[in-house]
Amino acid sequence: MERILSRWVDIPDLRRIEVYEAHGGYQAWRKVLTEMTPAALIDEVKAANLRGRGGAAFPTGTKWGFIPRDSQKPVYVCCNADESEPGTFGNRYQLENDPHGVIEGLLICCRAVNAHVGYIYLRGEFALQKRRVDEALAQARARGYVGRNVLGANFDVEIYTHRGAGAYICGEETALLESLEGKRGYPRNRPPFPAIHGAFGCPTVVNNVETLSNLPHIIARGAQWYRGIGPAASPGPKLFCLSGHLNRPGLYELPMGFPLKNMIYDEHLGGGILNGKKLKAVIPGGSSFPVFTADEALKVNMDFDSVRAAGSLMGTGGVIVMHEDTCMVDALRTIANFYHHESCGQCTPCREGCGWIEKLLIDLEAGRGEAADLDKLIDIADNMEGNTICVLADSLAMPVRSFVRKFKEEFVEHVRRRRCPYRFERGYAGAAPRDAPPFPPTEAGAAS
Amino acid sequence: MPKLTINGRELDAPQGVNLIQAAEMLGIEIPHYCYHPGLSVVGNCRMCLVEVERAPKLQIACNTKVAEGMVVRTESPRVKTAQAAVLEFLLINHPIDCPVCDQAGECKLQDYYMDYDRKPSRFPLGKKNKKGKALDIGSDIMLDQERCILCARCTRFFDEVTHTSELAIFERGDHCVVDTYPGRRVDNRYACNVVDICPVGALTEKDFRFRMRVWYLHRAPSVCSACARGCAIDIDHHRGRIYRYKPRYNPNVNRWWICDEGRHSFTAVQREHRLTQPLVQAADRFAAESWEAALARAAEKIRRCSQDYGPNAVGALVGAQATNEEIFALKRFLSRTIGSTSVGGVSFSSADARPGDTFLIRADKNPNTRGLSALGLALDGLASLAFAAGQGELKVLIVLRADPARALGRAGFMRALGALEHLILLDVSASQTASFAGQVLPIAAHPELDGSFTNFEGWVQRLHRAFDPPKQARGALELIGALEKTLDGIESDYSAPAVFADMARAEAAFHGLSLEGLAHHGARLNGVAV
Repeated sequence: MERILSRWVDIPDLRRIEVYEAHGGYQAWRKVLTEMTPAALIDEVKAANLRGRGGAAFPTGTKWGFIPRDSQKPVYVCCNADESEPGTFGNRYQLENDPHGVIEGLLICCRAVNAHVGYIYLRGEFALQKRRVDEALAQARARGYVGRNVLGANFDVEIYTHRGAGAYICGEETALLESLEGKRGYPRNRPPFPAIHGAFGCPTVVNNVETLSNLPHIIARGAQWYRGIGPAASPGPKLFCLSGHLNRPGLYELPMGFPLKNMIYDEHLGGGILNGKKLKAVIPGGSSFPVFTADEALKVNMDFDSVRAAGSLMGTGGVIVMHEDTCMVDALRTIANFYHHESCGQCTPCREGCGWIEKLLIDLEAGRGEAADLDKLIDIADNMEGNTICVLADSLAMPVRSFVRKFKEEFVEHVRRRRCPYRFERGYAGAAPRDAPPFPPTEAGAAS
Repeated sequence: MPKLTINGRELDAPQGVNLIQAAEMLGIEIPHYCYHPGLSVVGNCRMCLVEVERAPKLQIACNTKVAEGMVVRTESPRVKTAQAAVLEFLLINHPIDCPVCDQAGECKLQDYYMDYDRKPSRFPLGKKNKKGKALDIGSDIMLDQERCILCARCTRFFDEVTHTSELAIFERGDHCVVDTYPGRRVDNRYACNVVDICPVGALTEKDFRFRMRVWYLHRAPSVCSACARGCAIDIDHHRGRIYRYKPRYNPNVNRWWICDEGRHSFTAVQREHRLTQPLVQAADRFAAESWEAALARAAEKIRRCSQDYGPNAVGALVGAQATNEEIFALKRFLSRTIGSTSVGGVSFSSADARPGDTFLIRADKNPNTRGLSALGLALDGLASLAFAAGQGELKVLIVLRADPARALGRAGFMRALGALEHLILLDVSASQTASFAGQVLPIAAHPELDGSFTNFEGWVQRLHRAFDPPKQARGALELIGALEKTLDGIESDYSAPAVFADMARAEAAFHGLSLEGLAHHGARLNGVAV
């Protein structure tokens, strides 16, 4: 299949503007400015049925439509480049290798909602990526794609980059806006929504890097072409991040709706499970969503609606593959550790619940758990979900419920045998917890 | 006025109010920690989750405005589950050290736990997070980070009300702590308000810590006497001792807040600093005497001087610490019983008094300066009385809650009022003027008074008697009544409501007002632009 979003693989030096231009770069931007009205632009994106790639899969054109037409305040567009979902690493490659694709997408979005200022909010760790984007911006400015009276079309637009301070929560769009404003990255209560009250109290669109980078292609080649890729309800190319126990983990561009089974086993893609082991579980969309058992995983096609129908969510397309020797208790503990560490601490259920869940899982993994802990985990997850300002609590609640329900025997075995069978009997090394729990002494006579 | 339904009951709520306020109008409590009507909405505690029809998730009542046709349930099983869950979450890392916590008895964690949870803990005690305890963060505040539920009321108060931003939340998740910035301390004149708005025992007042269990305290609504603002307060007392002042909500005067100076101003009127029996000075020494003897002595002096020198030889100086009723009663006593017009007011704030500000604190440290002028007393009364004394026309001076010797200095006092034959001082504690007084009569202090003050904006607010004055001290009104009775045998009703009623009849500024009618939020003087 033709690489669209990951063209840099085939085109060396795509991040240099001459190369980018030689491959049709900024033609879409020119077309948008000279041939299309903002309304026609929004209609085109709606017709393409582009859905947000940041995880929520919300139709991008519809999101733009929420921006008030007659706003007395300035409108802002913000590119969410705070990519921090575990198992997700597509944006960083895009920003490193195809920064112009992201900038052009952002410019198109600015035109659509009549914004004259766009921000690219990068996660704190993206130092190289920010440098690449800044270089690209300087090139684009020098060529007159960004700045005053762009391409003589009487449209001013400026783009600024901003690096966060290193918090997962700042990828949540309202926390991102708070952080952009120089405040502590706390998600905001909604309503009001960012489309009405976003950055600096003004109407704001927040779109993900990958979402924006689709736009130049949609404009250049038309909505009709775009909808021809993948299923009509969630079309387009998608960058899938394959990680975990695979022979060929990495970033793969595939059409939406690609079978997960092929992603894992195709020799040009995942290349099968590491060391010829059996597949045990897959989290399809980064760590925040329900896990699939091997049976479920092998049946599902990777598009927003199919994954949802199968009981999980595709999120960012971060596919985390686990083989048969993985301890699911420890895998979940690792996830809980992450959300415990990244909870902003604002809402009670998330602040306290994430830590509680991690403590329970540390004990379970260390063989100190009790049978009642399993129900307790489900109960805590239920009490967290839906009761907070943002969905970080849900992002732990969903994996907790799915892990405990789908791999219940493993949890029970940890309790019954008062140890982790994988660590002691199958050479499972696990991920070292931040505060490594002391393990109980080996059972007398047990193999180790 | 949107019409909505809460728990099956219909309500026409004012536009713009939130569901907590709307429910309150129906007498329905929606529990909440972080929401405070005087602060911005953050919606972080999640205690006020309610079910709103057609909304898939539970909604926080604090951030949900009333809307036409809204159907709200605050007691549904889903809501109850959420409330119990939030309490469980709040308590897992809470130290539950209620037996040694000053907040116990007025703690929202305790209250809501009993009302909305009542389940045993599922969290092992040994796994609670450890944070800072008994941290001296400045001003008069101590911080216990383990007790804190991170509702951010305190940080919002310093951000939004005092604009000093001394406190912030640091770290993330369940490691979050409220703290000061490194090397900085809380330092502002309203700091202790955060102790009041802290729903738990995280912020306590150094002055009150470990002094009294709150359930032994009795509460009397009153008015702070530390400056001309006259903030509405509650006096929390036990067996004749004041343990603390708490601000009382009055939208007209102080809303929810008071300053720290006012809050701690009660020490001056505690028993140990008080005059407790009538004193008479002879040969530079004070001797105690009975009330009968003291009243007889005072009446005799007054009678003799007014006979010998005319009624205006008897005068009165009233301080701006006196209540409206006391000012009126003393003025009327002079004119009605003696026929004297020698009455003046004084409103004195010492030069070293802390300056006023643009929020609550006034430079005038007297609670009733406006009352003095509203009742027709010149605030420079001291000058005209001194002139009369210098001319030999004023012989007896009754001084009520004023300290002219402090205002003028000892030498100045001798120059101005040294020619007086007899000075009768009515005050709560031994002032500088006392050494010049022929008689010192101990009277009740503000917490022991029924009456009213008029603040600088003309708001008349009521004081309620919290407890009896110490030992032999008596109410000033009662004392004036007794003098009147001794002098001309007439016995009038000198209760505060009766005097207020007389005042409302006689004084234009008070027409139509009554002491009872002042209620909780006071009433404005006549002729004051609203």
